[in-house]
Amino acid sequence: MTADAVNPTETAIRERQVRRNWLLCVPALVLLVFAASGPLLIVLVYSFLEPGDYSGVIWKFSTEGWFQVVFSRDIFDETISLADAHLSIIWRSASLSLATTALTLLFGFPTAYFIATRPESHRAAWLFLITIPFWTNLLIRTFAIMEVVRNEGILNSALKGLGVIDEPIQLLYTETAVLIGMVYVYLPLMVLPLYAAMERLDFRLVEAAYDLYATRLRVLRRVIIPLVKPGIVAGSILVFVPSLGAYVTPRVLGGGKNMMLGNLIELQFGQGRNWPLGAALSLTLLVIVTVALLFYVRNVSRGSRYG
Amino acid sequence: MAEPAAQARRGRRFSVKNLPGVTGMAMLCFVLLYAPIVTLVTYSFNAGESIALWEGFSWRWYAAAWENDTVQEAAVRSFVVALFASAISTTLATMAALGTTRTGPFPGRTAIYVLINQPLMVPEIVTAVALLIFFASIKVATGYSGLAYLIAAHSAFCVPFAYLPIRARLEGMDPTLELAAADLYASDWMAFSRVTLPLLTPGIVAGAMLAFVISLDDVVITEFVKSAGQDTLPTYMLGQLRRAISPEVNAISTALLAITVVLLTAFFLLSRKRRVDGE
Repeated sequence: MTADAVNPTETAIRERQVRRNWLLCVPALVLLVFAASGPLLIVLVYSFLEPGDYSGVIWKFSTEGWFQVVFSRDIFDETISLADAHLSIIWRSASLSLATTALTLLFGFPTAYFIATRPESHRAAWLFLITIPFWTNLLIRTFAIMEVVRNEGILNSALKGLGVIDEPIQLLYTETAVLIGMVYVYLPLMVLPLYAAMERLDFRLVEAAYDLYATRLRVLRRVIIPLVKPGIVAGSILVFVPSLGAYVTPRVLGGGKNMMLGNLIELQFGQGRNWPLGAALSLTLLVIVTVALLFYVRNVSRGSRYG
Repeated sequence: MAEPAAQARRGRRFSVKNLPGVTGMAMLCFVLLYAPIVTLVTYSFNAGESIALWEGFSWRWYAAAWENDTVQEAAVRSFVVALFASAISTTLATMAALGTTRTGPFPGRTAIYVLINQPLMVPEIVTAVALLIFFASIKVATGYSGLAYLIAAHSAFCVPFAYLPIRARLEGMDPTLELAAADLYASDWMAFSRVTLPLLTPGIVAGAMLAFVISLDDVVITEFVKSAGQDTLPTYMLGQLRRAISPEVNAISTALLAITVVLLTAFFLLSRKRRVDGE
């Protein structure tokens, strides 16, 4: 009886709350739609237009931009072939990003394990040591690596000093340099989620496995890895996604020859003067990233169901 | 947390916490993480031109960077953009955090989350290209090509960074405090400005600092959005890299690094204080 009297006012209060919540969010949403999400729709539109003579676009519908992502048309006889240059850049982006993910996992796993097994009072300090490079300007870190891999850099000087090599190895402006740079730059992104997962790991389970005569490798494979899998997936995605869209690191360390997708996109808006192709390439990148993120969301929700 | 730790202490002979190779690998990792940065910082104080040969300590490159007009302009521009971007994004993020945390789920909250976190998920180069296209047409239409474009772009991608610590702080706050204030006849505004806001301040400061660092460090979006002659420190440095590496760029890097470390340490201490408050 009283419920009937109370409900309408409660609904009114609730409605007022919801309206107030939305009003508080509107300014942020307007800014984000204006300067982050909205322009993505313009990219979609531009990918279906014709390139202008110098830059920009001509407002005429065309699927040429998308076509050129994968194919190229001979200027003379119009024969269609696969766009080798683009495909090799896409391939390089994918393989370097996968290699970066694998190497950061290789280095990051023991590091996260080490931090997670320190006494609780020391962990924050170790973690802070990971956080500093994480927040340091990406350009500065890339730049630091550039000095390491240069012909006169520390790496070559050290190898020379040890007598391993006589002549400096040309590392800068190679794919290897890009790989070293990306592993260096994205390593903290792997360690942080791995640590978050390992911090929750119940080490009694590991001990129990030892007590039951499991070998170290078996403990790792059958106990530790399955338990920290959400952290492994999160770290891998966090490294893979920015690696795939990397722009600064390949530009600085790879030079003009070892372009990745990000640099190919920039090229279309610069010297390439093919905005529709650039737009189509951007959306290709966005689609791959979205698929990776969806995979992550599905995997983590499945992981938490088991947990 | 304390229980497994105690268990582990008893079970040390199983060496669960000291697996062979783990410590060595971790130490190698820390060394590899810091060696390049330490080298860069060290050589910014080198008296010689070389960045591989140590010729004694000097402030020479800092002086050179300080007296370089282009660097000065870029530094001022970087700070102006970062100040505006962190102020705007923190204000909007605070409002959004208040709107999304205090009343439980409501229709559209997931959509708001997705929009706010979108800059974290979309590759920077894609946003950069999108903004280049969008702002180029506005520039043509209005003839205005000032700093507002950079400030708008930076404010937008700083929103999630400012939002997360503020939301975390709000979620850890006791909502009954506001109710108590209301019971004592405080108006909504009084309850907010006298109770909620002071409690929220550490979160807001932390959010503003993260936003500031993120804006100050941005390269990709700035590179695409800036009009001619609007270099910030990072885009200036990127431009310099086309030529030979100069210790001057090392000096600028070190200065930026120092700012980041100072702000981060402050952030670290602030969030530590939060944990103490919570107990």
